[in-house]
This record gives sequence, C-alpha cells and structure tokens, in this order.
Amino acid sequence: MDKGSIFSPFKSIKYLFKKPKTLRYPFEPKEPAKRYRGLHLNDWDKCTGCGNCADICPNEAITMKEIPEIKPKPEEGMKNERPRVDYGRCCFCGLCVDICPPGSLRLSRDYLHIHFKTDTFNLLAKDEKLDKEHFLPAKEYSILKASLSHRKEDNEGLVSDLKYSLFEPERVPMPQVKPERRRLSFIEQVIGYNREQAEREASRCLECKLCEEACPAHLKISDYIKAISENKPDESLKKIFEDNPIPSICGRVCMKYCEDACSLSIRGEAVAVRWLKRFVADSIKDYKTTLELKIAKPTGKKIAVIGAGPGGLSVSYFLALKGHKVTVFDSLSGGGGMMRIGPPLYRLPIEAIDKDINHIASLGVEFKFNTTVGKDILFEDILKEYEGVYLGIGTTISRSTKVKNADRCILALPFLEENKIGKGVKVGKEIIVIGGGNVAMDVAREALRLQQIQYPGEKTVTKMVSLEDWEIMPATKEEIEDTKAEGIQFNPNWGPKEIKVEDGKIKGLLCVKVKSVFDEQGRFRPTFYEEKEMLLEGDMVIEAIGQGSDFSFIPKPFFEKLEFTERRKVKVDENGQTSIPKLFAGGDIVNLNLDAVTAIADAKVAAEGIDKILLSNLR
Amino acid sequence: MRELELYFGPQHLGMVGNFSITLKVEGDRILEAQANPGYLHRGFEKLMEYRTWIQNFPMVCRINVIEPDSMEMVYAMAVEKLAGIEVPERANYIRTIVLELSRVSSHLFGLWAYANMLGFDTVAQWAMYHRDLILDLFEELTGGRVYHIYIWPGGVRRDFPEGFKDKIVNTLHSIGSCIPDYDNTFFNNRLFYERAKGIGKITQKEAKELGATGQVLRATGEKFDIRKVEPYAVYDKVDFEIPTREDGDAYSRIWVIRDEMIESVHMIFKLLDAMPEGSVYNKVPNPFKWKIPKGEAYVRVESSRGELGLYMVSNGEDKPYRVHFRTPSYTHGLVILEKLLKNASIADVGNIMISLYVIAPEIDR
Repeated sequence: MDKGSIFSPFKSIKYLFKKPKTLRYPFEPKEPAKRYRGLHLNDWDKCTGCGNCADICPNEAITMKEIPEIKPKPEEGMKNERPRVDYGRCCFCGLCVDICPPGSLRLSRDYLHIHFKTDTFNLLAKDEKLDKEHFLPAKEYSILKASLSHRKEDNEGLVSDLKYSLFEPERVPMPQVKPERRRLSFIEQVIGYNREQAEREASRCLECKLCEEACPAHLKISDYIKAISENKPDESLKKIFEDNPIPSICGRVCMKYCEDACSLSIRGEAVAVRWLKRFVADSIKDYKTTLELKIAKPTGKKIAVIGAGPGGLSVSYFLALKGHKVTVFDSLSGGGGMMRIGPPLYRLPIEAIDKDINHIASLGVEFKFNTTVGKDILFEDILKEYEGVYLGIGTTISRSTKVKNADRCILALPFLEENKIGKGVKVGKEIIVIGGGNVAMDVAREALRLQQIQYPGEKTVTKMVSLEDWEIMPATKEEIEDTKAEGIQFNPNWGPKEIKVEDGKIKGLLCVKVKSVFDEQGRFRPTFYEEKEMLLEGDMVIEAIGQGSDFSFIPKPFFEKLEFTERRKVKVDENGQTSIPKLFAGGDIVNLNLDAVTAIADAKVAAEGIDKILLSNLR
Repeated sequence: MRELELYFGPQHLGMVGNFSITLKVEGDRILEAQANPGYLHRGFEKLMEYRTWIQNFPMVCRINVIEPDSMEMVYAMAVEKLAGIEVPERANYIRTIVLELSRVSSHLFGLWAYANMLGFDTVAQWAMYHRDLILDLFEELTGGRVYHIYIWPGGVRRDFPEGFKDKIVNTLHSIGSCIPDYDNTFFNNRLFYERAKGIGKITQKEAKELGATGQVLRATGEKFDIRKVEPYAVYDKVDFEIPTREDGDAYSRIWVIRDEMIESVHMIFKLLDAMPEGSVYNKVPNPFKWKIPKGEAYVRVESSRGELGLYMVSNGEDKPYRVHFRTPSYTHGLVILEKLLKNASIADVGNIMISLYVIAPEIDR
C-alpha cells in the first residue's frame, strides 16, 4: 500500500480562498423541510376530541383537556376535549398525526422554544385559524422570538395522509344481494359478515368510544367490538345484552347513531357497528346457554307491559332479570310490535325477530298475544291488578294527506303489515308512494317487489313523491341509494294536491311544486307554487307520511290525568313514570327519535324506575 | 516502574461518548484496560416490553444516534417476520437507499471522529459538512434530521417527495467531487499512514474468535457482509463489491470505511435507476388491537459498524415479550477494545477506540 506523502495535503490549500459553508444562524435562517416534524397544530373545528392521539403517544406526552367553551355534541361524535402536548415528553415521532381520524392534528415546521419555566412547555395545540394572537404572518415573525407562543402562520410540516394512516379508513364490504336480483323477491338484502370478515371489520375500531356517547342506550360498543376482533363472540354477546336484549332485531334495523359519530366516518367509512352486532346475534345459536344470565330471586311483584315492541321487550327483559313477574300484552299474533309489521321481510325476517322474543320468553316473561287492551282486557283492570304498568305502544296509526279523494289511498302501515304477516296486497301496475321517509322507502320497495311477483314480465312502475328535496329528505342516504338502485322513480319537491279519480278508478296524483318545507322557525309548514302543477299517472296511491299514536284504549278519566309535553309526547319523570302513578312509559310515545334503540334506552330507565319504586314499596 | 490506574473518560477529550476505560499503566504502556459502559443506559430493551408494537417504532432509532435507520430496519424486519407482513417492492428499494445513505452519513461521522482525534481538523470539518448535506436529504424525506422514524413495519412512512431522486443524485455528486481532496488531505497523507499503520492490529483468526464483524473483520481480509451472506431488502438485486484490506490495523479499517462509502454511493445510483413505481406501505393492523402471534425471530442487518441483530419474542400479546439487540459496538467496544489496548501506548487509546468505530449508546441499550 502506498504510504502517501507529507506534501499531498497542500493540494487542498485552495479551500482557503473559498467561501465558508457555515450557516450564519440565526441571521441566515434555515428553512425546515416540508415534512418537518415540529410543534403541533390542531384544527379545533375538525378535532373531535376522540383522544386517539393521547392513546398512541409512546411517551404519554398528550393529555386530553376539557374545554368548557366547546359544547359537546355526542350525536355528531364531538367531545369537548382537545389534546394538550407536553414538550418535556414529546419525541416528535408524529404517530399522533398518523392516527388522527379527522386529520386535524398536524405537525408544523416551528421547532424552537426556550424558557426557564417548565410549565411553559405545555401546549394546547391550536392553529392559525383559531389563535391569531400567537400565529404571526411572515412579516411579523422573528426567529429570535420563536417559541410556543410566537409561531409562524402557514407553516405546516408533517400532515396526515390516509394512504399512510395507522387506521383503515375503508369498511369491509358487506355482501349484499344485487339490486337486479333482490327486487324480484323478498330475499334478505344484507347477507351478513362471516367470521373472518367480522373479525377484520371489528379490528378497525380505534376504541375512542365516541359511539357509546352517541348511542341513546349507551351500549358498550367498543368492548363488544373488541371481543369480536378477538374472536370471542360469546363475550361480545354478553356485553351487548348488558344494555340491549334484542340484538338480532337491532343488528338489522337500528338507526345506528353510533356510526354517525364514529371518528373514522369523517374521512372514511364508519365501523359497521350495526352489522357487527348482527353478526354476533346470528352467530350464536342459543343466547341462553351462552349468556348464563343470573336471574334474581322472585320478588312476587307483577308488572304489566302493554305493547311487545322493542321498548316493551326490553323492559320485560330487564325486569325479569330482577325477579319480577312480567306479563306482556300485544294485539298482534307475535312479538316485536312495529318491528314485526314495519320493516319489510328483505330487511328483517320474522325468524330474526322471534329469536330475540323466544329468548325473553324463556326467562319467564309471559306473552299474551292477540290481546287488545281496551277490548280483550280493560286498561283500568290492568292498572288495578298489577304493581306496575309500562306503556310501550308506539305509533300505530298511519297519517293521511287528507287531500281530495285521499280515502281511495292505502295507508303505509296496513300495507306493510298485510305484506309481512298477512296474505299480501294486490297491487297496481303503476304505484305512487307519497312520502320521503324511511317508511316511504320501505313501502315503495315492497310495492316494487309485489309488482315483480304479481306481474312477472310486464311493464310496471313505482314512483315516489316527496315534499322534501334530495338534501333534506328524511330517509337515510343509504336507504335512498338502495331504493334508487332498485329502479324506483323519485319526484322530490312535489306536494300532493288531489287524487284524480275517473269512473271510480284512480288515474293519478295531481302534484304542486313545493316552495319551501319549513318556515323560518324551522317548523314543518310547507308552502307551494300553486300554479305549477303536474299529474303523475298511476293506478294505486299509498300514503307514507308519518304515524301517530292510538290512546283510545285509555278510558277518559285516566287519559285526562295523563300529561303531555309541548310536542305532544307523553311526559315522564327521570324514572320513566308518567303523571299517573304506577304507569310508566317509553318509546315513540315519549321521545322524538321514533326508533328502536331510543325505545330500548327509555325501557332501561323505566325498568330501573319500576324496580326502584317497587322496592321502596317493599320497605 | 510504578503501576498506575488511569481513568480515560467519560469526560475526556477524544472519548466517543458517555463511556470510559480504566487503564492500568506502567509508564506509557497499558498493562490492562477495562471498558466501563453504563453511563448511557436507558433501558431500551426493557422499555420496549411495555410499549405496543407501533409505539416501539419511534424508540428504536434512539439506540444508535449516528445511524438510526439500521435500527429501524431490524425492528421492522423482526416485526414483519413475526407477524408475516409483506413489504411492497418500492418500499424495499427506498429502504435500501435510505440504509445506504445512512451508511455514508455514518461513515462520514466516523471519519470526522477519527480525523478530529488525530488532529486533522480540516478533513473532520469537511466530513461533518458533507454529513449535514445527507441529513438535509433525510430531513426532506422523513421530516427529521437525526431521528428519522421512517422505516416502519409494513414499508416506509411516506413516499419520496417530488424531485427527491435528483436531489439525492446532486448531493452525492457534490460529495463525490470532493473525494480527491479527502484523499490528498487525509488518506494519502503520510502523517495518517505513520499514525495509523500497525496500530490496534488484530489478526483474522482473533477477530473471528472474538466475534468481530463489519470493517474490523473486513480489514483483516475476510469478505464477510450480512448484505451478501443473508441479503435483506433488495441487496440481492443490486450489484456491489465488499471492500477489504489485509492488515487488520487502524489504517486498514479507515481505508475500508472510505471504500465502502464510495461503493454505497455507486449502489444508490444503481438503486435509483432500478426503483419500481407502486405503493410503499402495506397497512399494519390497527395499533390498538394489534397482537402478534406467539413466536420468536432473529434478524440481522449490516450496519455501518458491523452485524446488527435483533432477537425478539412475542407471546401473542400487543407488546413484545423480550427484545434483545446484538450491537456491533458491544463486541468491538468491550471485548476487542480491551484486547487491543493491552500493550498499546496511552496516546493510542483514542486512535484504537475510534478506529473500531465504537458508538457508546449502542453498547448501553
């Protein structure tokens, strides 16, 4: 090897005459790279307070701090907590950015903070949108003053990117029967996850529990989904039954407020909470052996439940567990109430309903079906005979538009009931459905199927007319999409004026263009352009514009004592008790949500209330 | 002559970091040397048992400050092996490029330390400056200059930014254009030869017996390189040479470092040309629910200092059950250093130690 020379270094003498490369910081500031991982930025409008950043932080540098000025909105999945970063602990790894479901948390290219007080190292991360005082435009910014409270505007560094996020924004697709095939029969549309799909879908859940606050019944969603992801459906079922005794029904028709609140739904798709519940309910053949429920010693107390809908079923389940003797009265031939007659077979088959009801019956709850209160048994007799009465009668009367010749129309509920548990309705070839809610969608889709069955191969049409335009149509987006996919025609923004009848036969529906649906106070008060008319041709009109309750079975002296709220709902106290002692109520007659899971939530309250009042009588 | 006990470090000019050596000397001659690690013990291996699989990822890089990428790489490889995760082809190319860039930056840092220790301050400053240019590249790619937190299980964290290929090429060309200056000023400088030749000499047999790897072993003539022995990433798809020297002394080791840098730069150019398009990250499971099946894995990569291994055991939980790093500096800094210091002169302690390229944080993990 060459030993080298002592003269060779002199060749580098040229460097003496070159410009120094040293950066004269801070007079020549160095601009950090675009992806720089510096101090945090957080968009408070987007941030949901889910706390995933705090959970993933390897150094526990992030704590969620409650902000009293922010109003929590559980139904939108918005908490009033925002991340606070302790820069004594932060290692600037940016995992918090990659886990942030709304993408509100980002890192900036600011990195300087020097202070002799350690408590100044805590930062409630904000951004220039919110904190104009500390985020300064380039002109006013000086690197010599740079700190947590002197930062540069528009100085984003590492930001969230869904491609590299630590969560999976896309849902495991739910296998469904294709629209072309499902419109021909009442086959169940949603096939359901298999074990592998359910596990995969369940493993997307980030356990932030925003859903649990949004759920009216506060199910332990995060826990039961975690159990599914760990392949323990038994444990999952136990968790579900703590708050909801009808998972097979709810797993199919729940309004899934949880999914609207899911933090993943902001930039991706929500965890399929409802389908996962359905998976658990379907995958377990026999609830009773799995749940190993402990039923309290019989108390000897007798409770009557009027109406075997979701609320009635839940209240009987919770009371039965407490050892009370529960009797349920219902005029239908089976349990489920509105669930039995409302949701069409392609959504909620009868077997799925009976699975939940048989389980509740197996706990000792007595069901008296085909028994109409007020006719077969008197309301006052029930109130006398039982120690507590729960009123879960729901809304059972379909409303009519009351336009000219409206008596020639068919109402939604009798139509649905006849098709689900009766013999089926003979339908026309050109059906018009009035309404834009979920029930109207059900009616239209059912009518379409009946047409396919009754007139195979012939040309048939199903049309919908709704006051509301697409954006404010009350039905869920998903439902509207499914309905469209099956080939149903929509006529949004039209109001019914008259049913045209010629020679005793329905010829069509005369409509007028809607000006507005709600008034300035946001109340329902539609106005029309009277001159803009349209005749929709058809030979059958079905009205699906809403339902009301039937209190006719309550004798006048009692009914007068029953107090109502301003919105015509039965008034109940914190125990679910009405103004009549011993009489409790819940579900659609009490709340404005008009759905199964809210009825379950009411039932939970009432069951606790009934139990508490009965116990106080014991003492 | 009287025997003395001398403490070399942890606060000592020419010391590699928080590390010390107790020397038993007689006059200028070292009778016995004892390396004392522990000043920088942060308990990483234990800490990792308490953090989830993804939470460990930002931490492993801290075990070696100088070359964090190889640490990230072994961790990612071990997790991928245990969990059976595939890595996209483009990600493997990017990983290889990042590893080679970090090898260059690490060697430049080593050159700085060595030249600085010998008193060649000019070269030391050049090396530091050129390392900084590579750190600029890392900053642009990963958002961090020192701790890149970039190679993670499933691939890499972000794709190349726009125009990044050209930036790498330009930077490496500008560094490469200075090689003649480096050679003139340092490698072909007679003073370097006189100062390093025959110092800290180890035979191939001894090196193998004591577990030496990397340039310590390659400087004795053995062509041993994990990149060839057990190729990972895309090292089996790219053509490169393993530079060796025969003498096993400090002089040979530093020359190996120099040749390796040049080889790495050539490799990066080849990789940039062959790099396919496509995704760079296969999503790992949800970090809050991620459990890795029971099993154990030993993976190894060729870091800039030698064989870097990681033994990791999973108990089927969301955290590793046991993590153990086999770091090259542990062998070189404790076993081989103690052996080479025997009978050396006090003036050569730094020379030998830095020529072995001992990184103190890597010993204490």
